[in-house]
Amino acid sequence: MELKHTPLYEAHLRCGGKMVEFGGFEMPVQYRTGVIREHMAVRTACGLFDVSHMGEVILQGPDTVRNLNRLLTNDYTVMEDGQARYSPMCNEQGGTVDDLIVYKVAGDRYFVVVNASNREKDVAWIRAHVSGETAVEDVSESYGQIALQGPLAERILRKLTAEENIPRKNYTALWDRSVGGVNCIVSRTGYTGSDGFELYTHAKDTEKLWDLLLEAGREEELIPCGLGARDTLRLEAGMPLYGHELSDTISPMTAGLGYFVKMNKEDFIGKAALETAGVPAQCRVGLKAVGRGIMREHQDVYADGRKIGQTTSGTHCPYIGYPAAMAIIDRGYGIPGTAVQVDVRGRLVEAEVVKLPFYKR
Amino acid sequence: MNFPKELKYSRTHEWVRFQEDGTAYIGITDYAQDQLGDLVFVNLPAAGDSLQAGEAFADVESVKAVSDVNAPLSGTVKEVNDALADAPEKMNEAPYDAWFVLAEEITETDGLMTAEEYEAFIAEEG
Repeated sequence: MELKHTPLYEAHLRCGGKMVEFGGFEMPVQYRTGVIREHMAVRTACGLFDVSHMGEVILQGPDTVRNLNRLLTNDYTVMEDGQARYSPMCNEQGGTVDDLIVYKVAGDRYFVVVNASNREKDVAWIRAHVSGETAVEDVSESYGQIALQGPLAERILRKLTAEENIPRKNYTALWDRSVGGVNCIVSRTGYTGSDGFELYTHAKDTEKLWDLLLEAGREEELIPCGLGARDTLRLEAGMPLYGHELSDTISPMTAGLGYFVKMNKEDFIGKAALETAGVPAQCRVGLKAVGRGIMREHQDVYADGRKIGQTTSGTHCPYIGYPAAMAIIDRGYGIPGTAVQVDVRGRLVEAEVVKLPFYKR
Repeated sequence: MNFPKELKYSRTHEWVRFQEDGTAYIGITDYAQDQLGDLVFVNLPAAGDSLQAGEAFADVESVKAVSDVNAPLSGTVKEVNDALADAPEKMNEAPYDAWFVLAEEITETDGLMTAEEYEAFIAEEG
């Protein structure tokens, strides 16, 4: 299959990006700076990410709120213009089709951001399950998206735009704003656990915005960051990644996302299955390595001499400074402080169940 | 990238520094560390372990992945650089100082390349 390029492909090559396949795209896994420096930049200064591979879908029409409430586990009944709300999207069996963010643009217009690798599946799923008057438009190709993440993000953004174009509250966004002359949606969101923004812009303006931001952040030592750091940052922040902590067979309840599943709202896809399942037998936990070794995904977890589950993601986390993993294990072992062992390529590494997230700002 | 003339190199990107007493230090090359990215862990063998040319004797881990390190020669591990386990970043910073093991009783050393040959080899591979 031919790999797709984001509007920033040329910029990545210019910046020394090491390109790999991800979600059907050719994306930078890191730049010459390396994953550790890129990760640390986001925790202590600021990093710039190309996230244009994400999919964007617009839902519009008088029945849209009703359709969102039926498609998604979260409740979209009451939302302010510009507000963003995360939700899993379940199948009939209570497994997860995807996890996504819905913004209320204004009126009955909503902007939905989905994972790159699930875009076609999601759009087909949404189209197959909406009813009444809701138009579904996949606008992924016309948008570029840049994430500016880190404690100095606001300071950098302020150099390119007026105070009133910067959303004050997390999970809110402002539409139709000029950032250095480029028209953007400015959203105070991110996938790193640090403060920051996601800027959506027209595909053709994305490279201009990228260059403007890099230039504006020179003094703050803003650096481009790849998907490698994006993954270690989200893991450190305890955030699930579809295909790891969530999948067609992993329910949001098992993944510890019960807060985003509103069982007392009207019927939604997967509700009956989740009700029947009750409290799931397994739960998602954080694991901190006590012994020497780096836990990776799909490694067996043991306690009391028997297998209790498997890791879903794992790496060395640069900021907290120790190897960490997320795992789905039998609920009885999910209490923080529980000692477990992880089979790291034939060697049992001692680990401890810890409360997620590993890092909180 | 740097490939010291006094070293020998394997096709799987390890370097060997032969000593006058017939022992040899082994590590990973500048090219290897560059390809692997930031290294955060190394799993070393123990003194007395045997080394089989072409077979894994250690592994290194970057933030993203695990990679085997193959023995560039056959012999026995005389000494292990335990300090490397506490400072795996040394493999990135100074790959030719960051030795893994000192080998002795060396038997097979077939297929090792000179610096020039190795440079040509990676140019072709990369």
